[in-house]
Amino acid sequence: MKKLFALIAAVVPALAVAAGGSNIHLDEHKTDLHDKASLQRGAQVYMNYCMGCHSLEHSRYNRVAKDLDIPEELMMENLVFTDQKIGSLMTNAMRPEDGKVWFGATPPDLTLVARVRRPDWVYTYLRSFYEDPSRPWGVNNVVFKDVGMPHVLADLQGRQVKGTAHVAVGYDTLTGQEITEEQEGVLYLAEEGTLSPKEYDRLVFDLVNFLTYVAEPIAVERQRLGWWVLLFLAIFFVPVYMLNKEFWRDVK
Amino acid sequence: MCQDGVNKSRRTLLVGATAAVGAVGAGFVAVPFVKSWNPSEKAKAAGAPAKVDVSKIEPGAMLTAEWRGKPVYIARRTEETLALLPSLNSRLKDPENSNKAQQPAYADNINRSRKADLIVLEGVCTHLGCAPKYFAEVKPEPFDADWKGGFYCPCHGSRFDLSGRVYNGSPAADNLIVPPYSFDGDTLIIGVDEENA
Amino acid sequence: MSKQQNTLMGWIDDRLPVTQTYEKHMSKYYAPKNFNFWYFFGVISMLMLVNQILSGIWLTMNFTPSAEAAFASVEYIMRDVEWGWLIRYLHSTGATFFFVAVYLHMMRALLYGSYQKPRELIWIFGMLIYLLLMAEAFMGYVLPWGQMSYWGAQVIISLFGAIPVIGDDLTTWIRGDFLISGATLNRFFALHVIALPLVIVGLVVLHLLALHEVGSNNPDGVDIKKHTDENGKPLDGIPFHPYYTVHDMVGIVVFLMVFCSVMFFFPEGNGFMLEYPNFEPANGLKTPEHIAPVWYFGAFYTILRAVPDKLLGVVAMGAAIAILFVLPWLDKSPVKSWRYKGLASKILLPVFGIVFLILTWLGTQPASGHFLGLFSNGTVAVVSTIFYFAFFLTMPIWTRMEKTKPVPERVTGGH
Repeated sequence: MKKLFALIAAVVPALAVAAGGSNIHLDEHKTDLHDKASLQRGAQVYMNYCMGCHSLEHSRYNRVAKDLDIPEELMMENLVFTDQKIGSLMTNAMRPEDGKVWFGATPPDLTLVARVRRPDWVYTYLRSFYEDPSRPWGVNNVVFKDVGMPHVLADLQGRQVKGTAHVAVGYDTLTGQEITEEQEGVLYLAEEGTLSPKEYDRLVFDLVNFLTYVAEPIAVERQRLGWWVLLFLAIFFVPVYMLNKEFWRDVK
Repeated sequence: MCQDGVNKSRRTLLVGATAAVGAVGAGFVAVPFVKSWNPSEKAKAAGAPAKVDVSKIEPGAMLTAEWRGKPVYIARRTEETLALLPSLNSRLKDPENSNKAQQPAYADNINRSRKADLIVLEGVCTHLGCAPKYFAEVKPEPFDADWKGGFYCPCHGSRFDLSGRVYNGSPAADNLIVPPYSFDGDTLIIGVDEENA
Repeated sequence: MSKQQNTLMGWIDDRLPVTQTYEKHMSKYYAPKNFNFWYFFGVISMLMLVNQILSGIWLTMNFTPSAEAAFASVEYIMRDVEWGWLIRYLHSTGATFFFVAVYLHMMRALLYGSYQKPRELIWIFGMLIYLLLMAEAFMGYVLPWGQMSYWGAQVIISLFGAIPVIGDDLTTWIRGDFLISGATLNRFFALHVIALPLVIVGLVVLHLLALHEVGSNNPDGVDIKKHTDENGKPLDGIPFHPYYTVHDMVGIVVFLMVFCSVMFFFPEGNGFMLEYPNFEPANGLKTPEHIAPVWYFGAFYTILRAVPDKLLGVVAMGAAIAILFVLPWLDKSPVKSWRYKGLASKILLPVFGIVFLILTWLGTQPASGHFLGLFSNGTVAVVSTIFYFAFFLTMPIWTRMEKTKPVPERVTGGH
């Protein structure tokens, strides 16, 4: 009986609204750490667009190469832009003092950002920049108000603004037609970038996939091992249970 | 509480089975703890090959590089000193490199090197690990009246010739170690040869 | 010196009472035969203690206890040290499961009156272990030097500042600096790695010795020593070894399955075991949105926050722990086990369990939230805190007044 109470008491609060901080809706990032092609593309985006300001100082190039199935020479040629060695930690050349002066805050190291903020947040963040002339870099972000970061991927995404627009809110059950509603504070593309919205989403998806990998490179292996351990314990349970039953025949 | 004698063999079997599977499990659990003592990625990265530009080393001069935390001596020998090497054989403990562990196959010759003029040696005395000093000139020295060039270890007096071969009378028993290395043009790569590439 | 024996064991026994000790505590320690599910958690707590010590020692081999290098050294362990990730997760998951086991172990004592005479001292040793364990876990959490490590330390240590007159000097003395810094980390490291573990292990030994001196309780609260056979062995007792050694093995294997499921598949525990802000290095200039303790401190944190005054909040939190120490003297029931207690106990004890869970949950949530989307967290916290204290303070009354059921002479159940 107590067990049942304990179970209910444990489950019900989980249904409670997880309050805290912002109530921004976050888009779901369907992380797939087994999709190595996605991780490779994400790594490439990171090295080309992010590494200049954001180091990955706890990660090593050779580990990334191994886990993502990238041959080491290819890694060195395409993804390592400094004279670092394949076993080096992925640091960059920006001094923290300089970063603070240029951006107002030192661009943080991003090795663990996917564990601090969670993938959904990062995925939504990178797609939520909008034009804001009042900010130093001309952009603001719905997910991270007054962020000091410029929209590095602006060329790819295009010019996104926040304003009043028609938003699809559902379907008419009779006619099947989409119902739209004019809403304020909506993000929409005023000008297209070099990538279509779908391609841009895909790019950000890959990037966040990579960042989730880098935050905990052992994740896939850990789960793989977990199944074997549970299997062993299930097997071990058999003689242990039988041994117990055998001895307890003596009792009463 | 009753204990029938009949059950004894079943009990022994079950105890044995449990103990066996349990021991296997304990073995599995021990593996991560034992393996965590292996060199970490950081240690392995620090042990990565060292690249050295040897083009500027003058004949008779020596450069000291570092590889795996150890000094590596790279010296360019003159033709005269190279010619002297065979004459030293009778004064050496192991002139013919019979201890194969001290050098890779390509250094198993009188020059103990790939290229005749350039010697690459770990600067670690094979006695107790001090760094031997380089005495290039062929002239009498306080530690050897008939010195033909080479290395002298200040700690306990071991002497080595310009190929790193150990002299008789030295506390050290073996020739200086030749690390694995290879050349890429004028660049010496310490730590990489055919086997370790 | 006992009679000389011509065996190795004989040689040892003549010099150190190994066989005698083994018999006293294992093969001839008669435990009641009706132990149930609730009786696994003592052994499981010991298993978790061993786990924390082993994984902890191994972590110490690669952890750097300085403010500058601590955070990076944890990532070094997670990535660069072979199997380092597993040793880290064993330790972090182990901490949670240690507290799960300890709380269930304590609940057993509440259910069956295991703290009642003559076992009051066992309970007190247990409470001391619990107190030190909380200190140990708190200091351990500071070591990775993440945002929550830093700010959790900041909040808890600043509580000492509420003490009048000496408060400020005391907090400076504890910190070793004018703010939480490397000095704090270093001393917490020393206390966490060796000082507290030594004392905890010592207390566990005392806890077990006190238990074996009077013998184990059981779900019926019956004294098995009242009915013995011609050799003085309790009729309802069985030797701990082999019967409970093999019995505990079953419990341990099942427990390990749960433990490993969490460790291998949800090591962060959805943010309740490894809190997300702790993956960010400590920054004294940036306070996290929401400072929450790890779940096992939740209940006391809620009680602290439920009282609006800083000093009184600290007093309430301390009182909530202190009142547990005197439980043996609050329970005036002539009957030990919940099975035979009256209606008041039948209702209040499970309710207490639920309230404790609610208090624990609330401690992890922001004070401004809503419980079940209905009631404000603040209200629920206050009500729960009042119930918590009322439960203990009124216990002498309802345990004395309630109509108990007759307690059997011999144990029921068993196998």
